[in-house]
Amino acid sequence: MSDSKHTELLRFTTAGSVDDGKSTLIGRLLYDSKSIFEDQYEAVKLTSERRGEPEVNLALLTDGLKAEREQGITIDVAYRYFSTPRRKFIIADTPGHIQYTRNMVTGASTANAALILIDARHGVVEQTRRHAFLASLLQIPHLVICINKMDLVDYKEEAYEAIRQDFEQFSYKLDVKDVHFIPISALKGDNVVEKSKNMPWYGGSTLLYYLEHVHIGSDHNFIDCRFPVQYVIRPYSDEFHDYRGYAGRIAGGVFKKGDKVMLLPSGFTSSIAKIDTYEGELEEAYPPMSVTLLLEDDLDLSRGDMIVRENNHPQVSQDLEVMICWFNERPLQLRGKYTILHTTREARCIIQDIRYKLDINSLHRNVEDQDIRMNDIARIAIRTTQPLFFDSYRKNRITGSVLFVDEGTNETVAAGMII
Amino acid sequence: MSYHLHHLKELEAESIFVIREVAAQFEHPVLMFSGGKDSILMVHLAMKAFYPARIPFPLLHIDTGHNFPETIEFRDNMVQKLGARLIVGSVEDAIRRGIVREEKGYNASRNFLQTAVLLEEMEKNRFDAALGGARRDEEKARAKERFFSHRDEFGQWDPKNQRPELWNLFNGKKHFGEHFRVFPISNWTELDVWMYLAAEKVELPNLYFAHQRRVFERDGMLLADTDFIPKRPEEIAAIHEMTVRCRTIGDMTCTGVWESNASSIEEIIAEVAASRKTERGGRADDKRSETAMEDRKKQGYF
Repeated sequence: MSDSKHTELLRFTTAGSVDDGKSTLIGRLLYDSKSIFEDQYEAVKLTSERRGEPEVNLALLTDGLKAEREQGITIDVAYRYFSTPRRKFIIADTPGHIQYTRNMVTGASTANAALILIDARHGVVEQTRRHAFLASLLQIPHLVICINKMDLVDYKEEAYEAIRQDFEQFSYKLDVKDVHFIPISALKGDNVVEKSKNMPWYGGSTLLYYLEHVHIGSDHNFIDCRFPVQYVIRPYSDEFHDYRGYAGRIAGGVFKKGDKVMLLPSGFTSSIAKIDTYEGELEEAYPPMSVTLLLEDDLDLSRGDMIVRENNHPQVSQDLEVMICWFNERPLQLRGKYTILHTTREARCIIQDIRYKLDINSLHRNVEDQDIRMNDIARIAIRTTQPLFFDSYRKNRITGSVLFVDEGTNETVAAGMII
Repeated sequence: MSYHLHHLKELEAESIFVIREVAAQFEHPVLMFSGGKDSILMVHLAMKAFYPARIPFPLLHIDTGHNFPETIEFRDNMVQKLGARLIVGSVEDAIRRGIVREEKGYNASRNFLQTAVLLEEMEKNRFDAALGGARRDEEKARAKERFFSHRDEFGQWDPKNQRPELWNLFNGKKHFGEHFRVFPISNWTELDVWMYLAAEKVELPNLYFAHQRRVFERDGMLLADTDFIPKRPEEIAAIHEMTVRCRTIGDMTCTGVWESNASSIEEIIAEVAASRKTERGGRADDKRSETAMEDRKKQGYF
């Protein structure tokens, strides 16, 4: 991977309500960045003609399943790809309506940035508030507010400014670090890839320019060293007779050869003898690299254990406070038992208490309502069968996140962010 | 401080994590190997994931009997070098045993017969996870696929009832008789695959590079002349020699070849980067209907 073609990966999610032009925007980004192939374009053109639509409907480029095309809606998260010489982009395209919370949370979990669309004619609506809240809940580092359909408000600066102020009025209550506003018309292409000639009052960058340049170098935690052991590599060959490598992905911090480390749960200390990869030894490793660590001492360590620095520990506890998003048709069972997945560790847990259910429109905390159903957000208290080694989700999205699995159906029923 | 990875290294790290997760979560995983560049990439990534140990699972090739002979030769060489275990499920044999029936007509393909043979091998060997080299950019139904894709006891995919997948937490829990398809290179594009294979200097079958071949045209696609494809008289008359290469490698009956002079991986990258057609645009199996891939996946295809 030579430096001459050094491109980064940026993952973003798109959110918007029905008819605010989200699919058109994605179609526009793909089309204008020349990521659409002729045969895809031809297929969409044919479908548009068959349906009697006057123009080629770029939104059709993002349709996936049969039921979606029949009903003209998006059911599930779909992933799209495009790239420019600077970056490769992965779009998690999430549907605007049915099960939108579940899908948006899914798409947001790995995103560096969230695009929230607002129809310039309608301004900030209930859905906008929900999307912004979910983006902050999932701690997406960068929020881009695309004020779309500027062509329908005559490209007026006042319309844009009013919406921007309106958004800022409520977003100060949210936990978002970086918010950016861009006036666009996805349909006409203004400020998406090409700078708009219709809005000379806007001095900012186009959406694509922003996505290509936003600083994502600090999106991982490079401070607190966390290495969840994923798999133990034992070659059992003559050449590597005593080799015992701990394979995994760096979840936080920068590990260096020679570092003094502590092992959890045992509490034993050792130091890093080698950071191994197929290409050879590394001097240091950082997120999101997959490597193999070898220790100076022969200690008992297996999947689900964690390697950390001696002087910087995660929390170790069986009692956790978690914000959850419920995904399943069967509601949350208070005092119910679930399997919990956390880093590479698996345990069982019992739901001890429902602290409150959150109204994601008003952000009101309802302590009376104990009925947690699909797409609900709630704060709960759980107790696990064995200690977890965790950080707050705010500090580290990897060591601060959990999934709940129904022990009967094996379905993933909820996602949780540790407080 | 500048701790950032090249996007190909980040994709590699993600894929290795997923492959290791399969080895950790399942009892009898298997890697589906077709001989194409994506499954060659998969083998390469698996080799890296467990280095210096060997890949802790066998490779499974569903052989239609209609493969390019170059594919089989490449496969056998690679397996020998790796010291891996190869299991071959034969469609030819399944036809003989009456498990599946050969399609008839000009566009007959054994591609669809692979599903039954794959499921039979899964059951016979009690495989509980099959690693595959499918990518989300290939096709619209695949764009909705998870890394860990649950299959019921009939091997069916239920796209409307998929498990949500968040962060890097993968839920591989299942009931007896069910299994998972796992797609570690979901987030790679065709160009990513080529750029990575070039950077890593991975050996590839000659079919991917420009070579002379007798071809004929059908439905706007160039097909290799082979006895496996029944041809119309006018097609036979139009058979001619051309410099071509494969963009994907599958069954000879449904893999289109492209006119190309790209004889090195760098030239292929330049060609792919400038290409205005998707690689599956050369696959007759996807052209049967608008939802051909989705329909096949629901039945247990990969």
